[in-house]
Amino acid sequence: MVTGTATPLEEELARIAGAVLDPEMPVLTLAELGVLRGVHVTGPGRVEVALTPTYTGCPAVETMSTDIEHALHAHGVPDVTVVTVLAPAWSTDDISEEGRRKLTEFGIAPPRPQGPAGGPVALTLAIRCPHCGSTDTELLSRFSSTACKALRRCAACREPFDHFKEL
Amino acid sequence: MTATDTAGATGTVATAAPAPAADPAATAAALALGDDALVLAQRLGEWAGNAPVLEEEVALANIALDLLGQARVLLSLVGDEDELAFLREERDFRNVQLVEQPNGDFAHTIARQLYFSTYQRLLYAALASGDGPLTGLAAKAVKEVAYHQDHAEHWTLRLGDGTEESHRRMQAGCDALWRYTGELFQPLDGLGLDTAALEAAWLDSVTTVLTRAGLTVPDAPRTGAWRAGAGRQGLHTESFGRMLAEMQHLHRSHPGAAW
Repeated sequence: MVTGTATPLEEELARIAGAVLDPEMPVLTLAELGVLRGVHVTGPGRVEVALTPTYTGCPAVETMSTDIEHALHAHGVPDVTVVTVLAPAWSTDDISEEGRRKLTEFGIAPPRPQGPAGGPVALTLAIRCPHCGSTDTELLSRFSSTACKALRRCAACREPFDHFKEL
Repeated sequence: MTATDTAGATGTVATAAPAPAADPAATAAALALGDDALVLAQRLGEWAGNAPVLEEEVALANIALDLLGQARVLLSLVGDEDELAFLREERDFRNVQLVEQPNGDFAHTIARQLYFSTYQRLLYAALASGDGPLTGLAAKAVKEVAYHQDHAEHWTLRLGDGTEESHRRMQAGCDALWRYTGELFQPLDGLGLDTAALEAAWLDSVTTVLTRAGLTVPDAPRTGAWRAGAGRQGLHTESFGRMLAEMQHLHRSHPGAAW
């Protein structure tokens, strides 16, 4: 999360910023989602937070930024700037193991690991129903409640569910 | 497009990367590609409330949102995103004419999506492998556009290989928009792209999909005297002015309005 030489203060502030919940999937923290790229103290009482969007057009970024600002203000940092960075591009592989477990609990099938190649993987690997655990599921629509999810249906329990698409 | 407005009360949201392009040719290229994404996002947004099924309503809106995000990054390299989107006149837009074409029926929109998403994926893949001012965006957007292309290909196959009526409509959409595809490969200065290679890869990909869908690759010319398209020079088709009027009227009527 914090790269390079983070001071103990920066590590503490990164923990606070990273504990902010995702506004669209409020069971997942920003740290677990893997979108927090760094927290840097740039002066007395002044902090810059680097955030990367999941998708270029993700509308949740603005809410995330405001929530980070509020969290750090509450911790006594008066001057908070959130910058969005695009490179390196966020990948669903950046979601932590704990984040994947929470997604399943929340009723969202987590993304499958992609490895280094990148890009969408073949849709032949089984996607497990988050409700009953069956792997007998089918794609209903490539885009669901948000751009980052696809809509699927379980053939065993008949429940529809969201699948966090590999990116 | 009110990132700074909504966050302004407690701090600032800024885009750290990529840095503004100093090279005028690269800036012009960012404007052209940003306008492509913005105008197509607006067109796809017109399906909201009108799509044939709920799933497609959501899909087209999500694709539009991806494109809008790309447009915001690209236009921010050129200047103020809101001024560029809402206060320019028709002649100042540099998008290709393909993206401004009216939605038509669903098959017509899918034909436009197939042609454009195939182009955009190849374009971003080429840009992502370089190290210019657009590399960061391209590396991110190419993964998003892969889903757009997958969506368009899936529907092209389904409609082309579907009923007699869906086949007829899909073929009509592909035929009507074919003449706008030559413009996609006019060289854009400042990007250092091999447009001939892009075009060959595009033709190969589109031909494969159309053939698999049981459709006929249009035999009308895409280049030369019959080629449509001078959008990169600011010349647009009739319906574009009406689209802009709808897109811009709120901002022009209520300057500075925010949600």
